[in-house]
Amino acid sequence: HPQVQGSLLGSVNPDLASERQTASFSVEKLTAWLDGGTEHTRLRRAVVEAIECDPVFSRENQYFESQNERYEAAVRKAVHLQKKMDEMGWTENGPEFKALSGDLAFLLHRIFTRSISMLGSDQQIAKWIPLATQYQLIGSYAQTELGHGTYLQGLETTAVFDITTQEFVLNTPNISAMKWWPGDMGRSATHTVVFAQLYVNGKCYGLHPFIVQIRSLQDHSLCPGITAGDIGPKMNFEHIDNGYLMLQNVRVPRENMLSKFCEVQPDGTYVRRGSQKINYFTMTTVRISLILDEVVIPLMKACTIAIRYSVVRRQSKLKPGEQEAKILDYQTQQEKLLPQLAAAYAFYFISDYLQELFDRGYREIQRKNFDMLPELHAFSSGFKAMVTQYSTSAVEICLRACGGHGYSLLSGLPSLYTKIVASCIYEGENTILFLQTARFLIKCFMAASTGQPVPPSVTYLAAVTPEKCPAKNKLDFLSPDIYTEAYQHMAARLINSTAAKLQDLVQSGVKKHDAWNQCTVQLAQAAKAHCHYITVKNFAETVEKLETQPGIQKIMKHLCDLFALHGIFSNAGVFLHDGYISGAQMDMVTASYLDLLAVIRKDAVPLVDAFDFTDKTLNSALGSYDGQVYQRLYEWAQKSPTNKQISPAYERYLKPLLHKTLSKL
Amino acid sequence: MCVEWESALFLFSSSVLSLEALVINDPDFQHEDLNFLSRSQRYEQAIRKSSLMVLKLREYGITDPDEIYWFKSFVHRGRPEPLDLHLGMFLPTLLTQATPEQQDRFFMPAWNLEIIGTYAQTEMGHGTHLRGLETTATYDPATQEFILNSPTVTSIKWWPGGLGKTSNHAIVLAQLYTQGQCKGLHAFIVPIRQLGTHEPLPGITVGDIGPKFGYDEMDNGYLKMDNFRIPRENMLMKYAQVEPDGTYVKPLSDKLTYGTMVFIRSLIVGDSARSLSRACTIAIRYSAVRHQSELKPGEPEPQILDYQTQQYKLFPLLATAYAFHFVGAYIKDTYHRISGDIHEGDLSELPELHALTAGLKAFTSWTANAGIEECRMACGGHGYSRCSGIPDIYVTFTPSCTYEGENTVMMLQTARFLVKSYTQVSSGQQVTGMVSYLNDLSRQRIQPQHVAARSVAVRINDPVSLVEAYKARAARLVEAAAKNLQAELNHRKSKEDAWNRTSVDLVRASEAHCHYVIVKLFTAKLAEISNAAVRAVLTELCLLYALYGISKNTGDFLQAGILTDAQITQVNQRVKELLAIIRPNAVALVDSFDFHDVHLGSVLGRYDGNVYENMFEWAKKSPLNKTEVHESFHKHLKPMQSKL
Repeated sequence: HPQVQGSLLGSVNPDLASERQTASFSVEKLTAWLDGGTEHTRLRRAVVEAIECDPVFSRENQYFESQNERYEAAVRKAVHLQKKMDEMGWTENGPEFKALSGDLAFLLHRIFTRSISMLGSDQQIAKWIPLATQYQLIGSYAQTELGHGTYLQGLETTAVFDITTQEFVLNTPNISAMKWWPGDMGRSATHTVVFAQLYVNGKCYGLHPFIVQIRSLQDHSLCPGITAGDIGPKMNFEHIDNGYLMLQNVRVPRENMLSKFCEVQPDGTYVRRGSQKINYFTMTTVRISLILDEVVIPLMKACTIAIRYSVVRRQSKLKPGEQEAKILDYQTQQEKLLPQLAAAYAFYFISDYLQELFDRGYREIQRKNFDMLPELHAFSSGFKAMVTQYSTSAVEICLRACGGHGYSLLSGLPSLYTKIVASCIYEGENTILFLQTARFLIKCFMAASTGQPVPPSVTYLAAVTPEKCPAKNKLDFLSPDIYTEAYQHMAARLINSTAAKLQDLVQSGVKKHDAWNQCTVQLAQAAKAHCHYITVKNFAETVEKLETQPGIQKIMKHLCDLFALHGIFSNAGVFLHDGYISGAQMDMVTASYLDLLAVIRKDAVPLVDAFDFTDKTLNSALGSYDGQVYQRLYEWAQKSPTNKQISPAYERYLKPLLHKTLSKL
Repeated sequence: MCVEWESALFLFSSSVLSLEALVINDPDFQHEDLNFLSRSQRYEQAIRKSSLMVLKLREYGITDPDEIYWFKSFVHRGRPEPLDLHLGMFLPTLLTQATPEQQDRFFMPAWNLEIIGTYAQTEMGHGTHLRGLETTATYDPATQEFILNSPTVTSIKWWPGGLGKTSNHAIVLAQLYTQGQCKGLHAFIVPIRQLGTHEPLPGITVGDIGPKFGYDEMDNGYLKMDNFRIPRENMLMKYAQVEPDGTYVKPLSDKLTYGTMVFIRSLIVGDSARSLSRACTIAIRYSAVRHQSELKPGEPEPQILDYQTQQYKLFPLLATAYAFHFVGAYIKDTYHRISGDIHEGDLSELPELHALTAGLKAFTSWTANAGIEECRMACGGHGYSRCSGIPDIYVTFTPSCTYEGENTVMMLQTARFLVKSYTQVSSGQQVTGMVSYLNDLSRQRIQPQHVAARSVAVRINDPVSLVEAYKARAARLVEAAAKNLQAELNHRKSKEDAWNRTSVDLVRASEAHCHYVIVKLFTAKLAEISNAAVRAVLTELCLLYALYGISKNTGDFLQAGILTDAQITQVNQRVKELLAIIRPNAVALVDSFDFHDVHLGSVLGRYDGNVYENMFEWAKKSPLNKTEVHESFHKHLKPMQSKL
């Protein structure tokens, strides 16, 4: 086989190198600022280095592996990580997991452990946590059922207390009650926390968690009464054995019900302690932490790949006689990618904001003050929905902006997309989450309009704003005050008008729940508008705080403007609707928005370089730092198993077809 | 009821339905669920079916191109297959571009599949911009051969279907050099694998480009040529020619290639309709089976299709699927109508149709692409499982946003035609066809105000009136883009630069134009439906399609003064009322698409709605479940547990 002369991998493609020479700011400084200081950057890089130089963690063949192989690799890595953690003294919550880019088994084992720590009594913690930490057992977390997801009260699995044997008897009463989706449960787990409706003396006490052993600790075979397996191939997460579980008269001792908050005493007395609200708090924690790890970081990766590729790829000519132009020089390509880049930054900052809000709430909760819970719950729901929805479509835009090569798995983009898209569903389906936020907003609006106190984040609902946007020319729209106020006005108007509609319906005799269902499209839109407004406002405030770093502040200001104006440009109708922004002003918005694209274009590559992903982390033939796109695609394609073996299809089918002997088939 | 609808709408002809039965009842075309097969196994299955398909097409004597298309689509259940390029490009190109002598040499062997060919155009570094292709074919008069070369990495042929493992020949597009001059792109028949052994020929490097998002059964390939020589007679010479001494003879006209492009793009519009219909069928049936939460306190969990938000996700897509069916049929009919003219050399209608299909290809594929994903997400977690069938529909469909012309580039082609028509009107000429609304612009020019600032007096319950509203929006955006372009030209020297700086506006104008055409065609279709009940429900869908489009683009209608704030509020309200009106017919409307369960390939979308039982059955077949205890337990888990 003739080879392409001498590999160019490693030397930077001049098309990419030239982009880096004209950066208007220091990439290293921006990276450090994003990390929260140079020391954090150093630490993060050290961890990534330690992980990436270990061949067991290599992802080189990931795109060529079958479901079985990916599952096995994930188990191998998880086991190896455990060993490595012992050696290196890494902690459970350290940065090493992130550096592994999530291709690990046993993530649910961690949730199993966490749920016992949070929901278990002291004795239960003392019994189970050491076993789990030592991997004497492997845990999972079984909540979702085949027929029931987000609506927890609808779960059908039962746990009936048998006073004579002091046991709970667990059952899957029908097929839709089968546990379905829990990770690590299909093949790996020996134990799981099962959520079931508790029955004592014929009375239902609602959902409770039970520790159930499902596989033998000796030979891993299924325990009596247990039917379990893998739920089959999915869009992604092929390395995870999402599983099903059917229980037939499975008995567990009374002590296996997690009983920090609720307990069934030996005589069958049901005792409840403390606040149930704290259960919300677990969901809140998970939703907030997934925004950064599962959503913003993948979006940053997608932007890095698409933007680097767009300065290497050349297509058609912008000026006759010149070389074909970099595709990032086309306005339409800028309009696809640069708003997504701005969104990646916007959401990175909003995840900081939420983390801060959360930390404050957590301190209050530790002082037994639960006042912030509704706000925290509403914010984590709405932002989880908004950020996952926005970022999912952003990653897909990046994928499609890379033309044919984006469609190759080797670009890394299909995997990023199929993974991020799952985040729109898990930890609460987005529409339902928006509606939860809307419920909170409507409540606050009602309170605010009658002069009652509301949390500071929503006081704007009662604020008086001008009826018309004061902008006079296109430059006025580069003022954060102008656009933030426009967003505020728009969000308040949508919430206000939806509340009015609800009230009208109820007053005209429509039942409350019917009225709610008739307004849900508007309610979801209002909740989204609220989150969009807070994101813009927080971006603007983040930029303001950067005054000590003028070089970075300037480019961040451009990105903030772009994020805000892109939102107005793409949702023009809601801003025009009551005349707050006039038709002429909308033309100014468009003009400013399009001007910004050309400005940010110059810094596009440095802005993604600042995310500081290593090539191994990106695992993309299109997005590597050196920009040797074509060489890499060619070399990687040759590694494909389809090129290593003689195709069995040739001998079996093609040959008889070509040689006219097919009828013998 | 639904069979009645289907025949009333002529979604499928009866001959197509009998072809489907022929395939579905044929045991040769049965196989294991593709979701459980590796890529290499899927390729093998596809090759097996393709081989049998060719034999059976001959056996049944099916020769009509439409019937071949449907037969293929049933055999492969709407999926690509390795012989696609042989049947769809290699053979037709021989027919249209080969001389009679070349047809003698190549056509029958290819027809009999001794030669399997593909069409190698796209290169690693070059796609839509054909002039940028780098592969060279240099004529050597001494030996009367062409010498083919891939001079750079970027020039390696990349993506052609069937190239990686299946084909032994390729039609290669290369820059022709003769007598020291470059004569531009020409097509050459290049043998790439040894007949008999199927080994690559010396000088040829060929292989599979690796795993993709979808298209697992297709061996998209790469091809690198190093001083590979082919005889002079292997250049396709029906039009352009190179004589033995190297003299180049120019072709007569190059507009003919438009015809093929129009045809292929019309297929993509039809495919947008079908793919979206399949996704809607699955999501709507599943939403009638799935119960969740409570609408009324104390009552059982309702079907999720009763939630307004769920209806709002799915019904506009259902309306869109119907709209695209009619658009696809319209383009195909128009193409067939004028292809007679084309044969007689009358190409006058071709430019508009070409421009229109470019935009409609982009508009429908973008919309369907997003719509399929919305359907999948409307199925919650189970939509994410491959058993839902929607991931497969999506990954198979999504490349159509890129192939046969990248969508943004397509939109800009339509825009070029719109701007040209606008310029014609401005200089006093009349334009015809779908852009004739631009003629109205000159009449209003005497008034200083914005074109569409005149009130259209839109009646929101009347589809015909809504067509006028869309027309006004298109006129306004075309005019705005044309004016912005002119302003840029006044400021700058380069035409290309001005065009680039206006391209976002131009794409918006094209989108508005396409949207108008679709609403117009949908509305026109209503009058053709004789069955009153069918007409009534289709009118509701048409209204929903038009009003939903307005509610998603309120900015355009408000800014142009086509609709008032109060009317927009009414539009939003009316959309929600229509959701409730369509709700009782939703399942019947997807049943009318008449997808056979085998073709739908979805556990969630089964006709009988027995979703959960069948999900369980399906999962049991998963490769991870082949053994009760997975081998990684012995390999990794057990050793770890004993060590810790």
